[in-house]
Amino acid sequence: MTIDQYLFALFALLTCGGAISVVICQNVVRMAFSLIISLASISALFFLLSADFVGATQLMVYVGGTIVLLIFGVMLTSSSALLQIRTSPAEGFLAAGIGVLFLSVFSFTVWSVDWDRNEAKLAGVTAVDVPPQDYNEASSGNTVRPLAMSFVGLRPDKAGKAPGYLLPFEIVSVHLLVVLIGAAYLARTKRRVSAES
Amino acid sequence: MDAIGLNNVLAIGAVLFVCGVICMTTKRNGIGVLMGVELVLNGANLNFVAFARYSSMGLDGHVISLFVIVLAAAEAAVALAIALNFYNNHLTIDVDRGDELRG
Repeated sequence: MTIDQYLFALFALLTCGGAISVVICQNVVRMAFSLIISLASISALFFLLSADFVGATQLMVYVGGTIVLLIFGVMLTSSSALLQIRTSPAEGFLAAGIGVLFLSVFSFTVWSVDWDRNEAKLAGVTAVDVPPQDYNEASSGNTVRPLAMSFVGLRPDKAGKAPGYLLPFEIVSVHLLVVLIGAAYLARTKRRVSAES
Repeated sequence: MDAIGLNNVLAIGAVLFVCGVICMTTKRNGIGVLMGVELVLNGANLNFVAFARYSSMGLDGHVISLFVIVLAAAEAAVALAIALNFYNNHLTIDVDRGDELRG
């Protein structure tokens, strides 16, 4: 085994263990901590798959932003009595059974597909482009420059035959602005309803 | 090239998806449901990046996973605002209490 495989096994175990303990824990703060472990290990898996920019974005946006947002939510909504709301054991067993069924279906599907044969078929349909100088293949890392070029609508690695992503980039920027204004409007302080309900 | 293997990464994505779905369906805490959504989105992201790495389709998987990360951040912000409003109105975060629209 190479060092890549050891690291992959370690981070795969951390990812799956974190996700499973998010499901099992009943305390919200412990769930948030397990989620941090799981998401950080996923970003390590991205680095191992040579997706350096996506891994860095995952660390900054998810682990640095979204999780902090969730922890603020936990702090703002949990008085000590509400910190754990238990599910009944029957529901837990039912969900575990359904989850095992789901997982077996997915694993069976994934392992029964011959990806190499599909790849050979695909190679006949799509022309293989020679990337220009200073461009790497997507599978060899160093993806920042090709990603930035594709976000401004240029695809030199596909010889102009594939579309860039300028319009989706603009749409998602305006979408983010609108969503953040809407969230600030929704979350502003209002008169609190009395406790009898 | 084949040091890790596509199937192993897809299996991890499947585990994340299943954990997220179970988390969404069984947690009665609203914040816990949000955490399940994050797990599902991360499983999908892992699949996109794995296919970008192990197939000849180039960089598109990376771009799509970046869009998914941005949309997940937006979704978390709005859902958290809704959860805070729910807490202000009901003084609890238990999603089983939000049954006012039941016929």
